[in-house]
Order: sequence, then structure tokens, then C-alpha cells
Amino acid sequence: MSTAGRGRLRALGLVLPLLLFILVTFVAPLATMLLRSIHEPAVADALPETVAALGEWDGEGLPPEAAYEALARELVRARGERTLGKVAGAVNRVRSGLRSVFTRTARDLRDVGAGPWRDVLEGIDPAWAEPATWHAVRQTGQRFTSRHYLNALDLQRMPDGSVARQPEERRIYVSLLWRTLLVSAVITVLCLLLGYPVAHLIAHAPERRANVLLALVLIPFWTSLLVRTTAWIVLLQTQGVINDLLVAVGLVGDDGRLAMIYNMTGTIIAMTHVLLPFMVLPLYSVMRAIPGQYMSAASSLGATPAQAFFRVYWPQTLPGVGAGSLLVFILAIGYYITPALVGGSKGQLISNMVAYHMQTSLNWGLAAALGGILLAGVLALYMLYDRLVGVERLSLG
Amino acid sequence: MSIASAGAANDTRVEFLGVDKSYDGRTLVVRDFNLRIRKGEFVTLLGPSGSGKTTILMMLAGFQAPTAGTIRIDGTSVENLPPRKRGIGMVFQNYALFPHMTVGRNLSFPLEVRGLEAGERRKRVERALSLVRLEGLEDRRPAQLSGGQQQRVAIARALVFEPDLVLMDEPLGALDRSLREEMQYEIRHIHRKLAVTVVYVTHDQQEAMVMSDRIAVLKDGVVEQIAAPEALYEEPERAFVARFIGENNRLRGRVVTVSGGLCEVEAGGERIRALRIADCAPGEEVTLSVRPERVSVNPESGVYGNQVGGTVRDLSFLGDHLRVRMDACGRRDFIAKIPNIAGHGAILVGDTVRIGWTVTDCRALDIETKGQ
Repeated sequence: MSTAGRGRLRALGLVLPLLLFILVTFVAPLATMLLRSIHEPAVADALPETVAALGEWDGEGLPPEAAYEALARELVRARGERTLGKVAGAVNRVRSGLRSVFTRTARDLRDVGAGPWRDVLEGIDPAWAEPATWHAVRQTGQRFTSRHYLNALDLQRMPDGSVARQPEERRIYVSLLWRTLLVSAVITVLCLLLGYPVAHLIAHAPERRANVLLALVLIPFWTSLLVRTTAWIVLLQTQGVINDLLVAVGLVGDDGRLAMIYNMTGTIIAMTHVLLPFMVLPLYSVMRAIPGQYMSAASSLGATPAQAFFRVYWPQTLPGVGAGSLLVFILAIGYYITPALVGGSKGQLISNMVAYHMQTSLNWGLAAALGGILLAGVLALYMLYDRLVGVERLSLG
Repeated sequence: MSIASAGAANDTRVEFLGVDKSYDGRTLVVRDFNLRIRKGEFVTLLGPSGSGKTTILMMLAGFQAPTAGTIRIDGTSVENLPPRKRGIGMVFQNYALFPHMTVGRNLSFPLEVRGLEAGERRKRVERALSLVRLEGLEDRRPAQLSGGQQQRVAIARALVFEPDLVLMDEPLGALDRSLREEMQYEIRHIHRKLAVTVVYVTHDQQEAMVMSDRIAVLKDGVVEQIAAPEALYEEPERAFVARFIGENNRLRGRVVTVSGGLCEVEAGGERIRALRIADCAPGEEVTLSVRPERVSVNPESGVYGNQVGGTVRDLSFLGDHLRVRMDACGRRDFIAKIPNIAGHGAILVGDTVRIGWTVTDCRALDIETKGQ
């Protein structure tokens, strides 16, 4: 083997542990999760013959007897194999109320020996006489489905195959998505407004003072996220430090205490604070590389301080502004802990909904679809940035 | 001071009157600086690093405020005038071209902030570019230009708004030697053509000699001598100037007698007669300065006012002249340059020679003290 080949092999050997680590802990879970958003085999695996029989059905009226017969047989088997719960859950998500129909039907079928199965099933539960029930079974019987993405966008597939909006009271995700984007944009702008002067101060201060200031920016960064967020609760709550101070000074009455936490205000304040270092650090690294001579040159050429800033300084900091904004925005739209702790019911973001579907409703497909949309949004943003500014100019400090 | 400045006002562009500068409130980096610069003059501030030359330039440009004293431009004190209102063109050490703007935008920047209209701007940018011979490079970015081209753009930008006064802070420091010589010529050419007043800062004595009408030699924040290049070379008034400008044999000695403009000095066991430049009395120490090219080896006796013996230690043939290093006057590095003209006598290492120089080529100067 050539020396170069051996060298390459050794290099590969050195990065292999990290490569495997990333593969196992990042790429694989991400891929599985994204797959779940389009792949749901529970019904197809448990009720294969029913699904096949429903394939013959034209969707008008009720399905043929063969479908009833297959369903009756497979429900009993699924109950025995303990896959019934999964099937009932999947169907129930398409048409609520069907969970109990499935479990009751499977239970009652134990005592029935022979058909006609249509009469038997309709006898157990009248839901089997409704075409909508069978549409739900057929829909969930597809292994690959766009259902979760439609759901995540407040859409649904009608029995005739067309796509329509969810009924008014079930539309939540699109507005939440927009709210997440809006809040993230607000947080990004706030971080930029607060972080730019600080970064400028640090970048152009004498080294000793710059180190102290930089440490002040980084210390909260190194503090536990939970501690910082809890500190904001102490400060912002109705009986908290800030409200007490405002009352003591007389700016607000004791009965007019401001609601600054457990709502969107709390989420925005706490998240701006948490994400501020991600804005300051890229800005600082870009600003430090800008010699003070440029500003001197601008003023010697006749520019006012404002002209020198906006024409000479600001454009040179744009790579840092872009990097910081991109970083803060991307982190903000996926942020979970802070809104969960200080957001109350009004300050929740899309990630909290993902967590809800992961942990409470167990609708992992929908959670995966919401996550997939978020990921697509971030990638789109990244590409937009690349197109406008160029990723190679991204400076993360 | 008021009488002198009033009388000279109409041809004076810049005036420094007793200017002091201290950054820390204790040590002065510039001390009692006085200089009057005429309109159209090319004045260089020359000195080693830390001599205060850049500080003086920054005070004139308005980036630093004097601790004491007055700076006047065209007769008006500029104490409260910010840099942008001084109307001074400035060329910075590393050019300070705005990297995110094209050459054209860099040049039109000072015109835009002055509110000139687009047509006029274009005309002036074109004119400035042709002045530095860079026509057609408007759309390049500074990073796409060579060092010499960037330097030209920086000069064009400092001139494009037609200032009466241009400051240059070691503008050629980053260029290689041949380019530097070309740019020296070019800057001189532009200076003559535009009749603009230039204050130039450099630590390179040769550059200062080539370009300037007058040179102010600075050391530790104090002016050692202000004079035209020839005068600085031929008639240095301070030991530092004699050492800093050109090559020079320096002999430390003690004054024996003084008579009018001359003095006799004992140095390295020899009695040497010299022009009495420093205000010295018998018994005091002085530095004698003799240029190597004014020293003759084995002259006919009686031609020179000073004649001593020496031993040749080293010879270097440099084409146009022969450089002879000798033991003489108590020094082991006494240098003589013998021009390569027909008939100069053959000299060998180890020869005992007689060397001589005239009284007027030998100057008795002060003793340099370290860190005043």
C-alpha cells in the first residue's frame, strides 16, 4: 500500500469513533424519526387481508362482505398478539371514537362462531355501518402516508382522496408554526439590538477589559440553562423582584402588577437572554478583525460618525450579523425548555407541541412530521442565507 | 510668536506652536514641537519608531488632541475641529481601503459624503484614477489589486476631494524596494503637479532625502533639526542627525582649545581640528563627525587640515568605490570610501596608511544621551 493510502487509512481510523458516534446518536435517530412521519405500518401489518379486501372497494357505500370477514378474523388475532392497541390508536387518530369501537368489537367477537360477518359486526357496534369508519381503516392501512404532514399543516384527506382544511376548531399547528417563526424573529432582532453594541464594545476595548467583558457574556452561557430560566421566574413573576420594585417605586399599583411570565413576554425575555451569547460571539469575532483605521479613514475623508458607521463599519460586520442571526433564529425555532418553563399556556412554541405528541398523546408520526417541517424550514433558511450572503462568509467565531 | 505667525500667515499652510503630547499624563511623546509648513511644501517627519512622528501627524489630522500648544491650518486654530471638517487628505500606513467597496466606490466615498452629484463624482473619480495611472480599475475590489495598485488607490482617494493638505503615514512601508522607489518618484510627481502641501512620515532616511523639500528629524519626541535634505547631510547640527542620515565616522573626544568657529579636539590620541557646531568649551566632551567619502587615504602632505595614521583592517570592493576599514583615532571601524577613479593607489589589508580630511568636513557635535 502506498504511503498516501496508509495515511488516509490512519486518518479514517482516527475520525472513525466520532463518525460512529454521530451515526448512532444523531443520524440514525433522526432518520428513524423522519421515517415515522411518512411510514406507519401498524394497521397494514396487523390487518393485511382487511386492507387487501378494502383495496377492491370503490369507496361508495359500504365495503364488500370479504372485508367484514377478514376484519373479524384479524381483529381476534391482533387481540391475541397484543397489537390491537396500536391499531386502534392509529385508526382513532384519523377518526376519533374508533378506539373503543375496535376494542369492544375484538372482545365481543370471541363469542361469535360464524357470519354473515357484516350483520355480526354491525350488531356489536353500529359504527361498522358507517362508510367513514371503513375509510379510516383504509387510510391507516397504507404503509406510507402523507397523513401526518397534512395533519401538521392543519389539512386532512377527504374520503374521495381530495385534500381539505381541517375544521376550524382543529386548526392549531399552522398558526403555532407562524407564531414560532414570528417569536423567533422577534428574539433574533432583540438579540441583535442588544448584542451589537456589546460586541462592538468588547471588540474594540483594550485587551484586559475585553477579557473581563467577554467573561461577563460567557458566564451566563456556562451556567445551567435551568438555573438561568428559574432565575427569570424569580425576577419576573407577579410577586417577583421586578414587580415588587415597580410597586415600591410607585410605577404600578399593587393590584396592577405586570404579567411578565407564563406568557409570551416571559418566553421572549428569557429566550433572548439565553440566546444572546450566540449573537455576541460571532459579531465579536468579525468586529475584532476590523481595524480601527477604517473608521479613522472614513472620518478623514469627511464622513460623519453616522455615515462612517453605516457605510463603512456596518457592511463589514454583515457576515457576523448573518451568522449570529442565523444561529439565534435556528436555535429559537426549535427551543423547548425555556418556553416550557416560563411560557405558560400562551407562550408555547412548536417544539412544545412536538414534545406533547411524543410524551403525552404518543402520536409519534405527527410529532415527526412537525419536526420534519421545522427541519425543512431551517434548511431552507440556511440555503437562503447561502444564496444571499454565502455560507463561506459565515463566521461563527 | 504672534508677530512671526501674523507676518507669515498668507503663505503658511500649517503651523505647530509649542505642541506637547502625552498619553499617560506623565511622559511626553512629543515635546515643544514647532514647525511652520509653507503652502505647496513637502515636509517629512523623519525618526525612528517611538520618536513621536506619527503622533504629530495624528494631531494634525485630528485623531489626537495636543496636551499643550496650538496647531493652525491656514491661520486658524483647529483645536475644536473634528477630522472630517479639517479637509485633509490622508494616506494610511496599510492603505485603509474599504474592503467591501470597489475602487470606484472607495474613491467616490469622500465625494458622496460631501453631497456632490453623480456626474461630478464620476468625473473626479476618473481624474483621480488617471492621476495615479489606474484608469479602468473602478470595478475591482481592493483585494484584487497588487500592493502597489492599492497604494495608488489610497493616494487617489486622499486627493480626489481636492484637499490643500495631504498627510501620508509611512505609505510605502509595506512595499518591496523597487516598487517603493517607483512610488517615491510618483508621489513626488503628483506633489509637483498638484502643488498640494504634503506632510509625510517615514523612518526611512533615504526615502525622506529623495522626496522632501524639508525634513524634520525627530528623536524621543523632540526635533533634532529641521532642514533641507542637503543641509541635513552636509551640515548636521546634532550628533543624532549625523548618525541617522547617511554614513559617518563618529569620534568621541575632549575639547582642547576653542577659537571662534573652530575648535581643537583630542580624540583617540590625535589632535583634530573641527568646526565648532556644539556650544562647547575647553575640557568638555564632543562627538566629531566625518563622512567616509570626505576621508582621503595617503593624501599628499599639507593638503588637509587633519592628518592621522591608521592601519587597514578590511577592504570591500563595491564597484563605484572601495570601502576601507581602518584602525585610526582609537577606533577599529574608521571608514573611508575611495572613489573608483583612475590612479587611486593600491592598498592592502595590514598596510599602515596616512589619512586626512579638511577642517570644514569635520564637525564637533553634542554628545548623544540615551533616552532624554
